[in-house]
Amino acid sequence: MVIFRKSIFYVIMSVFCLIWIYPFLWMVSASFKSQNEFFTNGLSLIPESFTFENIIRAWNEANFEQYFINSVVITVGTIVIVLFTTATCGYALGRYDFKGKKVVYLLLIASMFVPMEFAIIPIYDLIKAMGLMNTRLGVILAESGGNHIIFILLFATFFAKIPKELEEAAVMDGSGFFRTFFTVMLPLSKPVVGSVVIMQFIWSWNSFLLPLILTLNEPDARPLSVGLYALRGENIVDWTGIAAGGTIAILPIIVIFLLLQRYFVDGIAGSVKG
Amino acid sequence: MKNTVSSITTTATRATEKRKPRKKRTMKNEVWCWLFLAPTLLLFAMFQGWPIMASWYYAMLDWSGLTPDSTFVGMQNFINVAKDPYFWNAFKNSFKFMLGTVPFHLIIALVLAVILHRPGLKASNLFRTFIFLPVVTTTSIVGIIMVFIWGSDGAVNDSLFKLGILDQPINWLGDATWSMFTVILISVWKNLGVNLIYWLAGLQSIPKDLYEAADVDGASGTRKFFHITVPLLIPIGTIILLLNVVNSLKAFDLIKTMTNGGPFFATDVVSTYIYRYAFTSEMGLPQLGYASAAGLFFAVTIIIIAIIQSIVTKRMKGGNQ
Repeated sequence: MVIFRKSIFYVIMSVFCLIWIYPFLWMVSASFKSQNEFFTNGLSLIPESFTFENIIRAWNEANFEQYFINSVVITVGTIVIVLFTTATCGYALGRYDFKGKKVVYLLLIASMFVPMEFAIIPIYDLIKAMGLMNTRLGVILAESGGNHIIFILLFATFFAKIPKELEEAAVMDGSGFFRTFFTVMLPLSKPVVGSVVIMQFIWSWNSFLLPLILTLNEPDARPLSVGLYALRGENIVDWTGIAAGGTIAILPIIVIFLLLQRYFVDGIAGSVKG
Repeated sequence: MKNTVSSITTTATRATEKRKPRKKRTMKNEVWCWLFLAPTLLLFAMFQGWPIMASWYYAMLDWSGLTPDSTFVGMQNFINVAKDPYFWNAFKNSFKFMLGTVPFHLIIALVLAVILHRPGLKASNLFRTFIFLPVVTTTSIVGIIMVFIWGSDGAVNDSLFKLGILDQPINWLGDATWSMFTVILISVWKNLGVNLIYWLAGLQSIPKDLYEAADVDGASGTRKFFHITVPLLIPIGTIILLLNVVNSLKAFDLIKTMTNGGPFFATDVVSTYIYRYAFTSEMGLPQLGYASAAGLFFAVTIIIIAIIQSIVTKRMKGGNQ
C-alpha cells in the first residue's frame, strides 16, 4: 500500500514536472523543425525532419553570433567588476570596525527597497553623458551599479567568521592589509565567490531593461535578451527562427545552472536567511 | 597556508602582549577599509544615489531628451500624471498584478516546499531542479516563447480543446478579458521556484526535535503544520512577502515582451507606461520629465508600502512577545 501510494506520488510529480518545463522542450524542438513541419505539426516535441537550418539562419543572418558575443562580454565584464567590488566591500564591513560603518550598512540595505527601475532615466542620461550610449561598456557599468547588497552580506558574514588569528599570523609574516586580503582571505572565500559568480552570471545574462534602453539605436551592441525581442518585432511569422534564437540564448544558462545549481540555490537561500 | 594555520595558537597567546602598536594599525586599517569600500560606494553614488536625487530634478522639466533644451515646469508633470486616466489604469493594473501573483507565490510555493521537504523523498532535489528551472531562464525570451504557446495555435488551446474544455481557441494574451489572468499565471510559473527555495530554507531552519516531541504527543500532520511549521515560518515569511510585493510591482520584462501593455492597455502596468513615454515615439516626442515624474510617484508608493509593511510586522512581533 505504501509503495502504491509512493509510486502514484512519483507519477503525479513527474507529469507535473514535464508540463512545467514544456515551454522549453517545445522551444528546443521547434528550433530543429523545418518550417513546413512547424505548420503541420507545430506542437509535437520530437522533430521528424531534424534540421540545423534554423540555428544556422539565426546565427548567421539574424545577427545572433554578435548577440551571443555581446551577452558573453557583458556578463563576464559585470561579473569581474561585481566580484571585485562586493568582495572588498564585504571584507571591510565584515571584518573591521570603523567610523561610519553603520551608515554604510544602512545606506546599502535601505537601497534594496528602492525600486531603481523607476529612476532609470538619470541612468540613461548619465551613460549618455559619459559617451557610452550604445556600447557594451555602458551596459556593463550600469549593471555593475545595480544593487548587490546580497553579495556584500554573503561576503561580510563569511569573512566575519574566519578566526582573527589567521589574519594576525599573516600580519606577523609581514603581509599588509591589501596582501592579506588577496592572498589569505579571498582564496578562503571560494564558496561565496562561486555563489556570487553564478548568481551574477544568471542576472546579467537575463537582464533586459538596462540593455534595452542603452542599446536602443545600436543592434550590434545588443545582448541576446534584447536581440530576440527586436527580431520578433521585425518578423512575427518566423517561429522556427525565433525558437532557434531562444534556444541559443537559453540553453547555455540552463546547462550552467544544472552544473552549478548548488552554489546558486545556496546563495538564494542565504539571502533570506541572513 | 600550512605555516599560517600552525602558528595560530602561538599568535593567539602573543596577541594579548601586542596591544601597544595596535592603535597605529587601526588607523591605517581604517584608511584601508574606506579604500576597500570605495569601488562600491562610487558605483552606488553613480547608479543609485545620483539617479534617485536627479529624478526629482528631471521630473520638473519639460524635456524630450533628444535635444539639450528643456524648460523648468515645476510640479506641472506631477499634476499631469495625477490627471492622466491612463496612468491610473496602469497604477491599478500594477496592483492587480501584485495581488494576483503574490498570494499564489506564497501559498503554492509553501505547499510544494512542505511536500518536497519530507524526509526520505529521494527525488526531492530533482523535482526542485525542475520547478526552479524557469527562474534561471531569460524572462524576455520566455515571454516571447509564451506568446506562441498561449496563442491561438499554441499548446494550451490545443490541450484544452482535446480535453473537451474548450470548443474554440481563446486568444489568451490578445483578448482583453483574459490577458491579465494569463500574464499573472505565467508570472507565477516563472517565479515560483525562487519562493520554493526561500520556503525550503525556512523549513530547514526549524529544529527537528520539535516535530519529534509532537510525534510523541501524537499530533497529526495537519496539526503539526499549523502549530509548529506555520508559526516558526512567519519571520522568514514576512521577508518573502516583502520581496514578492516589491518585485511584482516592478515587473517589466514579461509584460513588455508578451503584451506590451495591451490589448487596449488591459495589462499596462506603471513600468510599461513609463517606458512608453520615455523611450518610444508612440506618444509623440519622448517626454523624459513626465516619465520621471510618473516613476517617482510610483517609487514613492512602493517605498511607503515597504515601510508600512515592516512597521506592521514589527508591531505584530512585539505583540506576540
